[in-house]
Amino acid sequence: MDATDTSHPDYYHRVVDCQWACPAHTDVPEYIRLIAQGRFTDAYLLNRQSNVFPGILGRVCDRPCEPACRRGRVESKPVAICRLKRVAADHREDIAARLPPVPRLKNGKRIACIGAGCASLTVANDLLPLGYAVTIFEQYDQPGGLMRSNIPAFRLPAAVLDEEIGMILGMGVELRLGERIESLRRLLETGGFDAVFVGSGAPKGKELSLPGRDEAAANVHIGISWLESVAFGHVDRIGERVLIIGVGNTAMDCCRTSLRLGARSVRVIARKPRGFFKASPWELEDAEEEDVEILVNRSPRDFVLEHGRLAGMRFDCMEYELDARGRIVAERRTGEQFLPADDVILAIGQENAFPWIERDIGIEFDKWNVPVVDARTFQSTRPGVFFGGDAAFGPKNIIWAVEHGHQAAISIHRHCQGESLTERLAPGVSLQSRKMGMHEWAYANDYAPIERRLVPHVSLRERFKKLNIEVELGFSAEQAAAEAQRCLNCDVQTVFSAKLCIECDACIDICPVDCLTLAPNGPQDELRARLKAPAQNLAQPLFVSAALPQTGRVMVKDEDLCVHCGLCAERCPTAAWDMQKSTIHWPHAEDEARALEARQPKIA
Amino acid sequence: MTFIAKPKVTHPALPHNARGLTRRAYEGALSTLCAGCGHDSVTAAIVEACWHLALEPQNLVKLSGIGCSSKTTAYFVSGAHGFNAVHGRMPSIATGANAANRHLNYIGISGDGDTLSIGLGQFCHAIRRNVDMLYIIENNGVYGLTKGQFSASADIGSRAKKGETNRQPPIDPVLLALDLGAPFVARSFSGDKHQLVPLIEAGLNYRGFALIDVLSPCVTFNDHEGSTKSYAYAREHYDPVALTDFVPREQPITVDYPPGEARELALHDGSRIVLRKVGADYDPTDRVAAQAAVRAGSASGEYLTGLIFIQDEATHPDFHRLNATAQEPLNGLPFEQLSPGAAQLERILARFR
Repeated sequence: MDATDTSHPDYYHRVVDCQWACPAHTDVPEYIRLIAQGRFTDAYLLNRQSNVFPGILGRVCDRPCEPACRRGRVESKPVAICRLKRVAADHREDIAARLPPVPRLKNGKRIACIGAGCASLTVANDLLPLGYAVTIFEQYDQPGGLMRSNIPAFRLPAAVLDEEIGMILGMGVELRLGERIESLRRLLETGGFDAVFVGSGAPKGKELSLPGRDEAAANVHIGISWLESVAFGHVDRIGERVLIIGVGNTAMDCCRTSLRLGARSVRVIARKPRGFFKASPWELEDAEEEDVEILVNRSPRDFVLEHGRLAGMRFDCMEYELDARGRIVAERRTGEQFLPADDVILAIGQENAFPWIERDIGIEFDKWNVPVVDARTFQSTRPGVFFGGDAAFGPKNIIWAVEHGHQAAISIHRHCQGESLTERLAPGVSLQSRKMGMHEWAYANDYAPIERRLVPHVSLRERFKKLNIEVELGFSAEQAAAEAQRCLNCDVQTVFSAKLCIECDACIDICPVDCLTLAPNGPQDELRARLKAPAQNLAQPLFVSAALPQTGRVMVKDEDLCVHCGLCAERCPTAAWDMQKSTIHWPHAEDEARALEARQPKIA
Repeated sequence: MTFIAKPKVTHPALPHNARGLTRRAYEGALSTLCAGCGHDSVTAAIVEACWHLALEPQNLVKLSGIGCSSKTTAYFVSGAHGFNAVHGRMPSIATGANAANRHLNYIGISGDGDTLSIGLGQFCHAIRRNVDMLYIIENNGVYGLTKGQFSASADIGSRAKKGETNRQPPIDPVLLALDLGAPFVARSFSGDKHQLVPLIEAGLNYRGFALIDVLSPCVTFNDHEGSTKSYAYAREHYDPVALTDFVPREQPITVDYPPGEARELALHDGSRIVLRKVGADYDPTDRVAAQAAVRAGSASGEYLTGLIFIQDEATHPDFHRLNATAQEPLNGLPFEQLSPGAAQLERILARFR
């Protein structure tokens, strides 16, 4: 294999699994370290730089970081990253003075954002400090988008939403509530905006057109619309027996909300076996804790009516044959079943809908009737019109929408400054040694054999009393301190310099997880077979050094299970190994602005 | 040295041996040797060998004298028996322990000072008695604990860290052992576990005195230019005579060797040593030729390594056969047998009157 080019910013970034998995590339290990030091405000602000809504995401993020977390491979459970984020939000002090300053003198450019959800708010958050005037149009009379209308208050209290949205609005957004954009053409032609960002979400719930659907309409609800009605107080009760069709995260919110609106028996119906559920494991867990029953292998057949009123639904009972990789290769109908119900909620997905975008204004739509959006610049086929969040590529989640917002903000800035959208700043990485003395490292490198802390919940007796009692209580400072110790400091990198190595084997012998090997070089597959311990995760690249001075062999590191204890560096007699903190520079609009400014000729 | 103990966390897919243990179960206490010390690598090789042989820790006896090398018995197989003897006196303790219980595995760790200076007499007589043990010399050519004076194994012309040159001839433990009739003589290097681990396994299973002289650089006092026992020098002057594989009892040989390339030697317990040729013909069962080869090697400044000499166990009676030691460990014998009584003692004494 060729020697690994560690100067490529992706190399060390990938080692920090959580940060690599996070769409917004939040510097997770660093903020966990700040929490461990009790610096909650600093941890919050570091979070805010990349994910903008730490308090919200600390509760309801889809947490792609946690399945990626290395702790989950070394032990069984990942670090409770998401819950630690909430700790930073819960325990922080007032940060008003530390928010990015917004210049009084504007740059003369006006930006319109459609929809006051997380994507638009991120765009505003990034552009206001650069001097842009940002107007957000929102159809409802409260900002927040799906974060407010679709996430029940027992998971995300309104106060948290209000505060974090308020920080952005307080920077000087012109918020036009209750103003629904009915025609993009009119906005473009008469609005006088230099760029338009569409962050209107994917607001249309999917329909289930089966016999009886129309006749039973009074008691059949579309999940996201129903949640929205609950959130805005239009609906406050539901029948005793409720069936939820679908088993995604919206279904989980629907079943738990039903329990709080008077339902006695709530069943979630899944067409396929458990392995195919779309809901996140923790949301399933929370629902099952509340005694929601999940029935698998039932395919909806029709709605059954009695005396003109919904009586229940009929299902085909299914049987599936799976192959070795768990994919369905055959299905069989084994019978049918009737389940009685007073109400049925359909939670089988959602889609974008753009009836308000004219098809002849230069915005191209694809065959699924979705606008064609560039995955990197987030610009549509009409220059100056950008998409982000669920409106861009269909339903994802908040953290994706935030990153879309960041990237779109960069594009909008470059667009307004007359710069090419594609020549944006590349990510970078900087390294700084953590060696302080002979045996002192500027990070907690001792492996803490602590199991994942559990977040305390409000008791089952208490939580149903009101719709908006937040179920999760969050970690105490002490629990957070213990959980923070579980972080493996993956950002404190093992940096190797081949020319210093005398091949004494000290690092190989001391490594607790056997991730190092000294061996003659070879092709990747063959080299992987010769490692000291098997490399199980083929997705993790190997580090291969340059040829070593004494024997020409190479130092190979399988990054997969490294616990960053630093013993290799501690045992190295020549400091060929060093522990260096990597900082990933993931450019945002302010970095672009600074870079563009630096290029301008200085006027003396 | 390190101040942080090696964390207990392990690679989840570490292989298990016949006793269901991973390599980590054969580790010992935190090493207090210098970072990069060759001895730590020898320790790691012993851990690997004991794991591979699936030894029961309580059946292993670790013995040592005084010196950096002699500290290392603390760093492997925590569950084994251990004895730190007086400087250079480890062979006596090993002999006594051997006499008391022939069923344990004895591993003695010593250094060039402990073996070739203060303990030279003990070393020689342990070989003559053919004590059933593995004797490892962690040989670095200096007295590390006393800050780097030349030891008895320093080569003529070798320079100390501060610049002075050694002018006294070295004692080569391999030549000495061959001269004294040792039945198993090997030399290796701490930086070559591929060679060292099978040698340790073979030595632990060999019935009789097995010597492995391990070149184990002192990273602090003898790893500079002008040293003949540095990592760099060892690698430049490294000359393996054969590649040794050890095949435990009841385990088939899994590697195919081309005919004429490998030679098998069976040990008493059914395990086998497989020697694979490298380069010119070398016969490790010919003591005279072995001596000549080692001498020729040291004359040209090369380190001849590998299993240099091995004698069929049956043709060289070990300590137990020579002395008719008890089959049963002494602690298992009934008191009447251990102590023949006053009347019997009287009879014995009468023979000398």
